[in-house]
Amino acid sequence: MMKIEAIIQPSRFASVKDALQEIGIEGMTVTEVRGHGRQKGHTEIYRGREYTVDLLPKMKLEMVLPDALVEKALAAIMKTAKTGMIGDGKIFLSKIDEAIRIRNDDRGENAL
Amino acid sequence: MLVSAALVLMMTGPGLALFYGGLVRRKNTLAIMMQSFALMALITVMWALVGYSLCFGGNGPVIGGFEHAFLRGVGAEPNADYAGTIPQTTFMVYQLMFAIITPALITGATAERMKFSGSILFMALWFVFVYAPLAHMVWGKGGFLNASLGGRFPTLDFAGGTVVHISSGVSALVCALYLRKRTGYPQQPMPPHSLVLSFIGACLLWVGWFGFNAGSALASNGLASSAFVATHFAAAAAALAWSAAEWLKNGRASALGAISGAVAGLVAITPAAGFVGPMPALAIGALAGGLCYWMVIRVKAIFKYDDALDAFGVHGAGGTIGALLTGVFAQQVINPIYGAGKPVGGLDGHWGQVGNQLVGVLIAWAFALVGTIVLLKIVDMITGVRVSAEEEVEGLDITQHGEEAYNLEA
Repeated sequence: MMKIEAIIQPSRFASVKDALQEIGIEGMTVTEVRGHGRQKGHTEIYRGREYTVDLLPKMKLEMVLPDALVEKALAAIMKTAKTGMIGDGKIFLSKIDEAIRIRNDDRGENAL
Repeated sequence: MLVSAALVLMMTGPGLALFYGGLVRRKNTLAIMMQSFALMALITVMWALVGYSLCFGGNGPVIGGFEHAFLRGVGAEPNADYAGTIPQTTFMVYQLMFAIITPALITGATAERMKFSGSILFMALWFVFVYAPLAHMVWGKGGFLNASLGGRFPTLDFAGGTVVHISSGVSALVCALYLRKRTGYPQQPMPPHSLVLSFIGACLLWVGWFGFNAGSALASNGLASSAFVATHFAAAAAALAWSAAEWLKNGRASALGAISGAVAGLVAITPAAGFVGPMPALAIGALAGGLCYWMVIRVKAIFKYDDALDAFGVHGAGGTIGALLTGVFAQQVINPIYGAGKPVGGLDGHWGQVGNQLVGVLIAWAFALVGTIVLLKIVDMITGVRVSAEEEVEGLDITQHGEEAYNLEA
């Protein structure tokens, strides 16, 4: 089982979610986050006081998938999240030791 | 008139509450709103007991008397000295709304660091020792600055440029200096947490101001109409002036700038509304928009005082320029306040009026400066005025009121 953590542009989120659902992935956790890589922020001015805002809004998707689905999921995300410009985001993969369904104690890939 | 009174109250709640509420950080939203609301309650009771009488009773040069304490003698019968065509209770309750909003304006300078207990005590004392004398001197019978009732230095102040805006604005500056800067100011970013709230508040202020200025005609007549128009025109011109200044400086006009500009124009036209024509109103608005922009953007940065929500920059400065320009632009054709055929202001040839305005302005400044320093010291000894550093960091909503403005997870 692998965990995919994808940080993407908020404007691409709807397309990414649709593409993942099309390949059969329905479980995910989504958070609104702020951050930046190499993308620069912007300056806001309120009554003459300048504020540099370099934490930009992004969406973070987390999903734990059976090994068989991982490559398809990555392809779907890469295809729909990409705009080609700085700020598109990143994907991180990690191995998951165990998954448990709270309702009935299913374990392993059965729990996904 | 009752509608005008309601409009003026609306300017405090929710107008000012929202305007200020949106400008502070989230953790201090309820606290600033609570201060306005508390004044709606506190000043009302004080007015009923003794406030109205101190402002409009008696005939002394500086302060009223106790003849109308507990509103004795105030009923349906008009008070011919002030408003001969409306019940005195209407006049009384209308004036109350001005007494409420004036101290509320000061809360803009002390935002995010003043103790609630200290604030309440200070405002109660300030109302008695600063607002009441100024209101009496400018509007009360026998008042030494009263233009309609033969004061020694008749100061034209139709709806409160000196009584409301200079008094609160200058007091605000004193408070800001006494309380010193907010922790982390100016290095730490403290942007407004919701300009949407401020926007709504500003629009309520604009509309409410028709009650404030046009209502000050105290009758439904041509003068009220003239004041309404002057008010509206000044707000518009000032909004454009501030926005133009911003566009030139920053390359963009901001929403906060536009609404701040409008408020500055409304402040400046307050003393002038029932004395000047529509074209001068545009000029007063434009000048105020530009001046207040400069006060807030440049002067505050130069002198580095933390007038958190620009109460001095907008009300103190706007009120001062408005009061002085009233002397320039007042015309008998708009309001023959000195009698038929008698010149009123500079445009009528009576340039001495500007001198009278200056006297009124200086007295308002003096009362506000001295009164506020003395009262702050007294209140500091009784309850304290500034919250502790830990309380300030945690936020006033939690520490002063035990509440959070937004429980988004609820």
